[in-house]
Amino acid sequence: MNRSILSEEEIARSLKRIAHEILESVDPADDLIILGIPTRGSHLANRLAKLIAEIEGKNQRVGQLDITLYRDDLANHPTRTPEQSEVPGSIDGSIVVLVDDVLFSGRTVRAALDALRDYGRPKAVKLAVLVDRGHRELPIRADFVGKNLPSAKTERVNVLVREVDDQDGVQISDGAE
Amino acid sequence: MKHLLSTADLSAEKAIEILDTSLEMLQTQSREQRKLPTLRGKTVVNLFFEDSTRTRISFEAAAKRLSADVINFSSQGSSVSKGESLKDTAQTLEAMGADAVIVRHSSSGAAHLLANRGWISASVINAGDGTHEHPTQALLDAFTLRSRFAELAGKTPAGIDLKDKKVMIVGDILHSRVARSNISLLSKLGAKVYVVAPSTLLPIADTSPITKSFVNLDLAIREVEPDAVMMLRLQSERMRGTFFPSAKEFTSGWGLTAGRFAALPKHTLVMHPGPMNRGVEISSVAADSERSTIIEQVANGVAVRMAVLYHTLSGGAK
Repeated sequence: MNRSILSEEEIARSLKRIAHEILESVDPADDLIILGIPTRGSHLANRLAKLIAEIEGKNQRVGQLDITLYRDDLANHPTRTPEQSEVPGSIDGSIVVLVDDVLFSGRTVRAALDALRDYGRPKAVKLAVLVDRGHRELPIRADFVGKNLPSAKTERVNVLVREVDDQDGVQISDGAE
Repeated sequence: MKHLLSTADLSAEKAIEILDTSLEMLQTQSREQRKLPTLRGKTVVNLFFEDSTRTRISFEAAAKRLSADVINFSSQGSSVSKGESLKDTAQTLEAMGADAVIVRHSSSGAAHLLANRGWISASVINAGDGTHEHPTQALLDAFTLRSRFAELAGKTPAGIDLKDKKVMIVGDILHSRVARSNISLLSKLGAKVYVVAPSTLLPIADTSPITKSFVNLDLAIREVEPDAVMMLRLQSERMRGTFFPSAKEFTSGWGLTAGRFAALPKHTLVMHPGPMNRGVEISSVAADSERSTIIEQVANGVAVRMAVLYHTLSGGAK
């Protein structure tokens, strides 16, 4: 059974709040780069960059960081084809905000941190997620969270974005299906 | 994908997946830190029964950039020269912990034998077997073509095939595993493949995926107006018997001379799998021109082989 957790308007509100929080947390002189983790994190990153640009009145550097080649569970899953990474310019000395749809075990973020290290040395890395569903397996936390969602480990949390799924929404379903 | 033995085994979807993966691999190679942790702890053996510095180095670079350990085995001065069989050599290597065996052999079918006889459980990647196939070469050629065509059209190469592109393969088609692999792969990706050779070096058996064969290169260029020409090396080491009067005769009939290069349409790409015999099958004017992809093919080769290693070695239990 699917239960709706966030509606389209609630997602829009959460992203707007996160955009403000990101700006509050950095110095105006800092060089900000928003990097989404494919697939849905990239679309959320694009929206956040747009919101920040509207607030600040100037364009933001935005891109995507694929982490497939850095996963620690490659041997346990069927092979996946990596997506393209697009990191605009150098990340040295900048503030990188990683964006993903759901924060769960923390392993994706760990892989993203490893991938970032191969691109350079940012001044700081921050993490923004639309949903934090708990059950961390690594000491990782998000700096900006759209919604904290207590969930059972067997449940599935699905984030839908209109760029891929034709609609915005967050749903939770029991793992049975 | 457990093994890569021939392009004939690949579906168009799988081939495009490998090409897309290569694109991401190539992107990582332009960074300052080029090494990826993806295959840490895996061991890759280069099992080369035939000399090939380029292909071996390319595979070695690919494996090392993915953090795999590489063991090089060449038959000269090894147990093979003492009479060891392919089976025993392979089993010895697997006992030393090989996860993948990259094999080059002068006998067609050697890679199939290693993969399918149950001798070893490692992944087998064919790096050229006799006159049969050389699948990674065809994949890197397809990758190079796709990138250049996408660039000309101002598109991103990800996800696209080679639909209706005209590729002409010229030279020793009969003995060439590069030609065989390319004919099968490029036509699967939607390209029209033409072959041009002296009639003694044209295949006479199953020619089904070939759009048209020619004996006269000048006529073929005029009639087809190819988007790319792929010149093959004369493989004198595989020729048993006389196929044409002399190398000079071959050049005048089937070499990409300065005159023929000038007669090509202005957008036609020039490819060669290397090593080149300058002045025989290809003139320096053509090989060094802006439309030549020969150096690019080498760089793309490492990225494509990284993708092949990733696809054969990373998949685990479903």
